[in-house]
Order: sequence, then C-alpha cells, then structure tokens
Amino acid sequence: MPAIPTTTSARLAATGTMTPFAHVWSGVRRGALLPVATIAAIILAVWYLACLPMNRDLPQLAHVDGLIDRYRVAWSLERPLLPAPHQIATELFASTLGTPLLRETADGMVLNPRNLFTHAWVTVSATLTGFVIGLILGIALAIAIVHINALRMSLMPWIVASQTVPILAIAPIIIVALGSMGIVGLLPKAVISAYLSFFPVTIGMTKGFASPDAMLLDLMRTYSASPTEIFLKLRWPAAIPMLFSSLKVSISISLVGAIVGELPTGAQAGIGARLLSGSYYGQTVQIWSALTMAAIMASLLIAVIALAERLTLNAMGARP
Amino acid sequence: MSNAQTATAGNPVMRLVAVLALGTAVAIAALLLAHRGAGGLLALAVIVAWAALWYANVLWSRSQSLPNVLASLAGKGVPLVFGLTLVFLWEVACVGLKVPSVLLPAPSLILHKLLSSLPQLGADFVQTFVRAALPGWLIGSATGFAAALACDRYDFLRRGLLPIGNFVSALPIIGIAPILVMWFGFDWQSKAAVVVVMTFFPMLVNAVVGLSAAGRIERDLMHSYGASWLQTLLALRLPAAMPFLFNALKINASLALIGAIVAEFFGTPTLGMGFRISTEVGRMSLDMVWATIVVAAVAGSTFFGVLVLIEKKVTFWHPSNRR
Repeated sequence: MPAIPTTTSARLAATGTMTPFAHVWSGVRRGALLPVATIAAIILAVWYLACLPMNRDLPQLAHVDGLIDRYRVAWSLERPLLPAPHQIATELFASTLGTPLLRETADGMVLNPRNLFTHAWVTVSATLTGFVIGLILGIALAIAIVHINALRMSLMPWIVASQTVPILAIAPIIIVALGSMGIVGLLPKAVISAYLSFFPVTIGMTKGFASPDAMLLDLMRTYSASPTEIFLKLRWPAAIPMLFSSLKVSISISLVGAIVGELPTGAQAGIGARLLSGSYYGQTVQIWSALTMAAIMASLLIAVIALAERLTLNAMGARP
Repeated sequence: MSNAQTATAGNPVMRLVAVLALGTAVAIAALLLAHRGAGGLLALAVIVAWAALWYANVLWSRSQSLPNVLASLAGKGVPLVFGLTLVFLWEVACVGLKVPSVLLPAPSLILHKLLSSLPQLGADFVQTFVRAALPGWLIGSATGFAAALACDRYDFLRRGLLPIGNFVSALPIIGIAPILVMWFGFDWQSKAAVVVVMTFFPMLVNAVVGLSAAGRIERDLMHSYGASWLQTLLALRLPAAMPFLFNALKINASLALIGAIVAEFFGTPTLGMGFRISTEVGRMSLDMVWATIVVAAVAGSTFFGVLVLIEKKVTFWHPSNRR
C-alpha cells in the first residue's frame, strides 16, 4: 500500500526547510536581485496602469478628460475599486505610526482602536496563543502515536483524512459554542488557531520521531537505553528539522485561523474585523492596508521561526 | 507443530472477536439506556464499552499474532472501530448529559437534519463546489501551470517569479475575498476568483520544480534524438513532472473548498455552504451547520480521493505506486 502524501506533508516537501524570506534572500545572493526587482517593478507598473480601467465607472471620473488628468484622479480616489499602491502605503502609515497607539478613557490608557497596530496585536495574540496550544498538543500526540502502536493505527488515517476536508469551516461553530458558554474574545479564536496548527505539527513530528533508522535504534538498544533515553537522545534531536518546517506551515495557517475566527460574529477588533468592516462600508483602502498588515505579520512570524531554526540548528552543530 | 500453530493463531482471533462483540453489545445497550434517560448504569456501560473497544483495537493492531486476513484488514478496521467509538461517545455524552444542541448537537440529530434537508444542502453544494470551487481550481491550476511553462522557457522569469511565488504562498491570501467580492459581485464568480488566486501559486511553485525533475541523462538522450522543446516536454518532462503536478492539484483541492466557503462569509446570494454556515450559526441551529460541514467533508475527501486514483493511473511508473 503506497503512502498517500497528505496535503500538509506535501506542502512540507514542497517548501522544504526554506522560508519565503530564505527563498528571496538566497535568490538575491545567487544574483536573482535583478530578476526579482524586474518582476516586482512590472507588477507595480501594471497595478498603476490598471487603476484607470478598474475605476473608470466611478462618478469622480465621469467628467475628466485627457489621459494624464484621468490617471491623476484615478490614483487619488476616495473609495476606489482598485487603490494605487501609494494610497495603500499612505493609509498604512497614517493608521499605524500616524495615529496615537494609546487612548485615554475613563478606565485609564487603552489601545486606540483607530490604530492598525491595535488590530494587528489582537489578531497576533490569538494567533500566538493558539499556536502554542497547538504546538504542545501536536507534539504530545506525536509522542503518544510513535510509542503506542494501537494509537498510531487508530489515529493516523483520521489525521491524514482531516487534511482533505475544509476544517476551517468549523470556525464559526467554535465561536458560537464557546460564546454560549460565556467564553468570548481571544480564547475562541485561539482555539481555532490551535486546532488548525495542531495537524501539521502532529504529522511532521510523527515523521520526525520515526526518522531514525533501524541501525541507530539498534545502537541505542546495545547501549541498553531506556525508551525515555532513546526518545530524548535520539528521536527528539532527529525530529528537530521536521519540527521547524512544520512550525512554518503551522504559524501561517494559525494566522489564517485567527483572521477567519473574527469574521462570523462581527468581532470589534482584529485584522478580520477590519476586513469585514471595510467590505461593509466600501472602504477599499482600509481593506488593502489591513491585508498588507496581514502579509507583514505572516512574514514576520515566519521570519522569527526561521531565525529560531537557524540558531537551534547551529547550536546542534548542523552544517550548512 | 502445525496443530500448535493453529491453536496459537486461533486464540488471538477468538479473543479479538469476543472483545469486539462485547464492546459493540455494551455500546448498543448504552445507546438504548441513554435515550431512555437512565443514570448510574449508563456511565458504567459507557466505560465498559469504551474500554472493550479500545482493547479490541490494541489486540487488532498487534497484527503479527493474527492470521493474514485479519492482519491485512487491520489498516482499515482499527481506524474504523476508533472512529465509530468516537461517534458513540459523542452521541452518548450529548444525550446522556443533555448537552444543549446550541453547544454540540448529537450525531443522530445531525444525521436526521442531513437527511431531512438534502435538497437545501444539495443546492448549497452546487453553488459552492460545482460553481465556485471546481472552476476556480481548474483555472487557478491551469494558469499556474502555464506560468510555470513560461518560467521554464525564460529563465529570467523563473528567477524573478519563483521567489515571489514562494513568498505569496505563505501569506493569508484568503483575505483578498472582500476585494474580489467587490470586483466580481456577490455570486459565484467572486468565489471562483478567490479560489483562482489561492490555487495559482502552489501550482506554479510545484510545476517549476516538477519540470526540472527529469534526469540529465534522459534529457541528453532526447537532445541526441534531435527532439524539439515541445517533443521533450511531452515525451519526457511532463510525465516526469506528474508527481509534482498531482501534489499541487491535491493541495489545491483542499484550498479550493476552504477558499470558496470562507469567501462566502463576506457576502453571497442566499445560497452556498459558507452562507449556510454563517447564517445558521447566527440562528443558533447548529445541527444544520454540522450537516453542512459533513457535506463539505465528504465533498473534500471524495475530491481528494478521485485525484489520488487518477494519480495512481497516471504515475504508475513512480516507485511509490509499484509493488
């Protein structure tokens, strides 16, 4: 029976141990700066050029003649269908560094809901809480699966199958079920992030713990090592590379989980709430800047894990 | 000698069958008790059933002591028993502890809802899966593949686009849903567009790797035959890329369903699985939400399963498919 690759393990295999940053960076070092910069410049140019055709039906453009004037208007519309990149950058700057982060209320200083960093923090805190819970549960389950054969045979097919179903669709249920028990705010979103990030960790770590070959296990047995010693001195170190590549998949879907968790109940704060309110009120620039913020957050979270990976593997004596 | 072997082979089988039968019988009794509203005896029955079924799985997973027929069935039987035990515990807990259905409806309630609202669920399925996810998946994968072919012809494009593609793959692309809803309207077109964007990059990245998977020697051979780029592509490099292409198609299959469902949270006509989930959650009728999720799960795993079957036919030469 050939092993059916799961989507997660497939994604792990596809990206390997490289991160987006590592990809871009190693590309730059290999002299790909020129191609990447060229493609990015072409994308930006097409974007700017597309602003007029995309927005041509808006009333502000109805009585403007001359191509240059039309573009000038199209690049500075209030609620464009497609905002120009510099409009997004301006809005991003104005809603982060250009707005006070703290606001004085009757209860003292609180985070200002007009600042995009506030929303980013709300989402990131749920992402990280869920990620840590998912990480601990995932590793614990992988340990159990590797040591208890009956559990491995019982659970693995279901964990693999769960990758083929849209488990993100359960998010609204968790929000409502926990809400009916009086649990609202960060925790329901963290639960969604936790169960999304748990699967890649379990699959990756099960593979990692099982990766030492028979010869190494036999060697440990000739040392008469106990199962605990085999785990701590052989299986755990062997699984570390897999751990980090699982973590990168986990953290990005953990973020998606937190954002989607803010959609169904109309949360007041968070990136998802910004997206939703932007789409209700047609504030396209707000949507785009929230989206850019989400992209920055995803990149930073992955970069932190990549850094931890480099430091850990260096400390363990891995050769580049 | 052979008698002794039969005896030792017969014993574990008898034990497994006996434990399995005991567990099933007690579980059925517990279900009956739960629906009659019994108390203390129920808890005992549940624990006995759970323990017996788990012990059956432990016995079954020690396949070296079992005869071949049972051992080869273990790969399917053990997870099946485990799954059914889980559903049984869910049902008994919901009924026995009188968990409000707003919190967690019992499986029987979900099944009842599923069967009684099949037309509604079918219409949602057509709107989300057939109209949005499937075309989006096809277009996104096809354009991703076309872009990979272009990258393959022009190395400059590959070196420029691949790092960007890898970068974008890790971003929460689902967030563009509100923008695309604004551009393409509330109906399925905007959902298909979300799916196109989500599925484009995994295919691009995988196809570029796959197109360079053919060996140096084979390529030199094609070159010495004087084969053109197209001939080399069709006869050698495309078949060699198939495992990577199917990998991307399978990743995209689950992304497509997620994209189509979540995009409907941002606005949709009064139809679709995502719409059903978000409105029924608002009305606190969680049995309908779970029924929709069952449909989504069945659709997702069937889609995936069909792709696996096609992959086995196409990549029959791959080591993982040979016996």
